[in-house]
Amino acid sequence: MKAYLGIDVGSVSTNLVLIDEQAHIIESYYLRTNGQPILTLQKGMRKMAAKLPMKITVNGAGTTGSGRYLAGIITGADIIKNEITTHAVAASSIVPGTKTVLEIGGQDSKIIILRNGVVSDFAMNTVCAAGTGSFMDQQASRLNMPIEDFGPTALKAKTPVRIAGRCAVFAESDMIHKQQLGYNLPDILAGLCEALVRNYLNNVGKGKEILAPAVFQGGVAANVGMKKAFEKALGLEINIPEHYNVMGALGAAILAREETIKTGISNFKGFSVANAKYHAGGFECTGCPNMCEVVEIYKSKKVIARWGDRCGKWSNSIAQSEKIS
Amino acid sequence: MKVTFPHMGYLWISLKAMLEYLGVEVQEPPPTTKKTLILGSKHAPEFACLPLKLNLGNFMEAAEMGADTILMAGGCGPCRFGYYAQVEYAILQDLGYKYQLVVVEPPEKHISEFLARIRYITGGRPWWQVINAIRFGYIKARVVDDLEKMAQWRRPREIIPGSTDQAFSAALQLIIEARHPRDVPKAQSQGTQIMNQVQVDERKPVVKIGIVGEIYTLLEPFTNLDVERHLGRMGAEVNRSICLSEWINDHLFMGLIKGTRSSKEARRAAPPYLNHFVGGHGQESIGSTVLYAKQGFDGVIQLLPFTCMPEIVAQSILPGVSADLDIPVLTLVVDEQSGEAGTITRLEAFIDLLNRKYQQKEVLA
Repeated sequence: MKAYLGIDVGSVSTNLVLIDEQAHIIESYYLRTNGQPILTLQKGMRKMAAKLPMKITVNGAGTTGSGRYLAGIITGADIIKNEITTHAVAASSIVPGTKTVLEIGGQDSKIIILRNGVVSDFAMNTVCAAGTGSFMDQQASRLNMPIEDFGPTALKAKTPVRIAGRCAVFAESDMIHKQQLGYNLPDILAGLCEALVRNYLNNVGKGKEILAPAVFQGGVAANVGMKKAFEKALGLEINIPEHYNVMGALGAAILAREETIKTGISNFKGFSVANAKYHAGGFECTGCPNMCEVVEIYKSKKVIARWGDRCGKWSNSIAQSEKIS
Repeated sequence: MKVTFPHMGYLWISLKAMLEYLGVEVQEPPPTTKKTLILGSKHAPEFACLPLKLNLGNFMEAAEMGADTILMAGGCGPCRFGYYAQVEYAILQDLGYKYQLVVVEPPEKHISEFLARIRYITGGRPWWQVINAIRFGYIKARVVDDLEKMAQWRRPREIIPGSTDQAFSAALQLIIEARHPRDVPKAQSQGTQIMNQVQVDERKPVVKIGIVGEIYTLLEPFTNLDVERHLGRMGAEVNRSICLSEWINDHLFMGLIKGTRSSKEARRAAPPYLNHFVGGHGQESIGSTVLYAKQGFDGVIQLLPFTCMPEIVAQSILPGVSADLDIPVLTLVVDEQSGEAGTITRLEAFIDLLNRKYQQKEVLA
């Protein structure tokens, strides 16, 4: 059986998805990146290889996420695509006819507007509405509750408290204030969800036409409180796909499948890369006062990729065989 | 007296030419870099926009090289840029720098006001010489703009990656070295020749993107994370809504030179979306977007330094323009943050979107 691998290396999580030819998910992994993308990626590849039934051959691979070039070079990906495209592709493969994708992750928030199956508009957070996932994580730990309980607790609210949603610092001090006044926890958490939704719609959505079917994905979609707050604010039914937190990887896998069917060959290096010795090194270039930190990726002492320089002096010095989008 | 001024793209080439022609000693600041940013943001107020921080850094770096007089633009109106010269000067004084400050306010009624201010710096030079010097600076700005436009066209079409940028910096060097107005035409033709040697694939389909926004952010590549170059490498032809020579003509010559693109057209195109001046280039950002849509551009990118009021006004109006005229608009907010991954993701996604629209247009046509 032929299968395709999708990898999403993000700042918070690294996800791997293996799909079959009908784009059904055979296996998926969600791992914390913990600031070590290469090690996490290799760990994921090992896990995937161990679970793989013998009769499956991987016929193509794609990467996405902010670490997509790194992951692409290590695995020999056939496509390296940005998050907008992969999320849109994944959402419309799960919910056919998707018109709106609401995506909130640990770091970035985005909205993608699809019409007739293609992306017609998108927006990502520019200055605010970033790090919504991380912020919720932080609030849950401040309240000494597991993040998993956040949503269910918020659902118990009778009258959500109004929380300032403009920025995380305001939101937190407002929350503390309301706690001291004696409001109960469910009402405060529900209020926070509503504030975050308000902020998202104002800062990211910015007057875009949000039509059904709408798909809500990304790590924050795990929070049923957020789903309810979105439904209340938009007056629409919100779909949350089963694999909401690995949608980027799913999209990358689907695109890799399309690409390799078109070209007939794959550059995928196989699961053996999980055991190869990769490491990242780097140096500060002293060519000019920009002092760029040049990152180098080594495969057993040989530099296979470089980036980080503004002028291209170092990154251009290595013949890059990788294909950029 | 050793005069310095803040960097704004290639403005230094013109200013240096003009001042040196008048016999003024010039010490331009070293190119704006991370060091400039570190210096500037350490001493500037946190909520000031990026231009102030970088200006300040420029002055501090120039002082190390012996500059003792600042030539700085002033202004009036809703944008707080008008008091930057004074604020920067006060900060430098607090830090113990011994600087003289000369503020060039834009002329309100007539070009003679501008001439008088230039003459103030240069002492008793005769009028004809002052006028010639200004002309010299302006010609250089124009030539640099022309070369930049060639680079913008070539970058997405180049066959060898990076060859355009190499040629551009070689051509630019020739313009910088021209010491007299009569040397400029020769430098220009040589520069043009260098640019023409860049091998291009003329038939390659490219998307066309207009760039609008606050002038400093538009002109200074360090500030906008080199957005033009990134876009070029991703296969997009870029048109910048404000070029240096046009800006000089508009604001300092009061539109004296005819036949060049003027911000007046942009301002006229802004209603009914934005009917009046909101400071800075807010109204022009809206108007230019309208013009780009009418000229058949595929998309527009707005550049906004964090906390810039005029651009925030424009930003909130742009979605309406975008929907009415069916032109995608992407806003990039820039500040001290220099993480490129996020910017590149946004640009890539935007180009993807435009490519798909472009292909659809081709199918329909």
